[in-house]
Amino acid sequence: MKRAFPILAVLTALFLAYAFYQAMFVAPTDALQGDVYRIIYYHVPSAWTAFLLFFVNFVASVQYLAGAKPSTKRAANWIVIMAGVVGFIAPFIPQVQRQLPTGMYPSSVATTALIIAGLYFLVGKYFPGQSLDVLAVTTAEVGVVFCTIVLVTGPIWARPVWGIWWAPGDIRLTSTLVLWLIYVSYLVLRRFSDSAQTQKLAAVLAVFGALDVPLVYFSIWFFRTQHPQPVIGGGGSMDPRMLHVLLISWMAFLCFAFLVGWSRYRLEWLRREAEEAEALESLLEPGGPSAPVSKAKDPLSRAAR
Amino acid sequence: MNSIKFLYAAYIATWLIHGLYLGSLARRYSRLRQRMKDLRK
Repeated sequence: MKRAFPILAVLTALFLAYAFYQAMFVAPTDALQGDVYRIIYYHVPSAWTAFLLFFVNFVASVQYLAGAKPSTKRAANWIVIMAGVVGFIAPFIPQVQRQLPTGMYPSSVATTALIIAGLYFLVGKYFPGQSLDVLAVTTAEVGVVFCTIVLVTGPIWARPVWGIWWAPGDIRLTSTLVLWLIYVSYLVLRRFSDSAQTQKLAAVLAVFGALDVPLVYFSIWFFRTQHPQPVIGGGGSMDPRMLHVLLISWMAFLCFAFLVGWSRYRLEWLRREAEEAEALESLLEPGGPSAPVSKAKDPLSRAAR
Repeated sequence: MNSIKFLYAAYIATWLIHGLYLGSLARRYSRLRQRMKDLRK
């Protein structure tokens, strides 16, 4: 796997260059916004990638918390199975279908429910024990980087189109900022807390933070906001050529996120190994807690005399 | 609409953020490698 990294890095760089070429020169110019709309090819894929990473962080955190006891793990597994089955069947019930926003297909809701349940079990299978915690911190950090890009490119796009950098009180913008702040506090907690409970506390914070992701995503469906309607589903009407380039760009950013996440994952394991080695060394070094105590220095031998 | 500079600004900002993060990862890697080397001595 380690040998594949440079090859994948080169392929991803080429893919990103291709996505850039498509975004700048192949995608048609927007009739209303002109060329500035091309920010969409970095803004939207970054948002989708951040959401995906935060979702993986949520799944890993739930798995980590549930894995503390076998009975809790079994209960969590059953809850996910039930949620997957209900999520798959419910969208096809006419009463539920009527509640779905315009443009949201029942089949896509059902598929999403199945993917979420499947991802939960896949993460549990391939990331046992401490790997879950390492995965959680990795996805949170890389997710924050992508979310930062969303928060920076959004206002740069808003200024020429809306005439303002930021729309105060707008639910899409505010909830995205709150999401970013939650995950930044998650990283700060992990960085500066030395408590043995840090991993559990961070996992609980991640579960609460993830609740903001659906609010951010669906806010433009359910509330009136300055932000435009979704480009896929939800009544969005994007030119197929633009959509094609958008998906290429997202795939390229997903590959990039995977590589960066992989590096961060390895770094976290290395850091933990170094900490363990340092702790072991401090135990073994002369004068350390478990080092043999000389008679002259030993308070007990002095007391015996 | 003369807004092409905003497009360039957004693209440059994106790669600047990614570059800074990749730089921080590389720094952390080299610091960790040094720590491991010191431990092995």
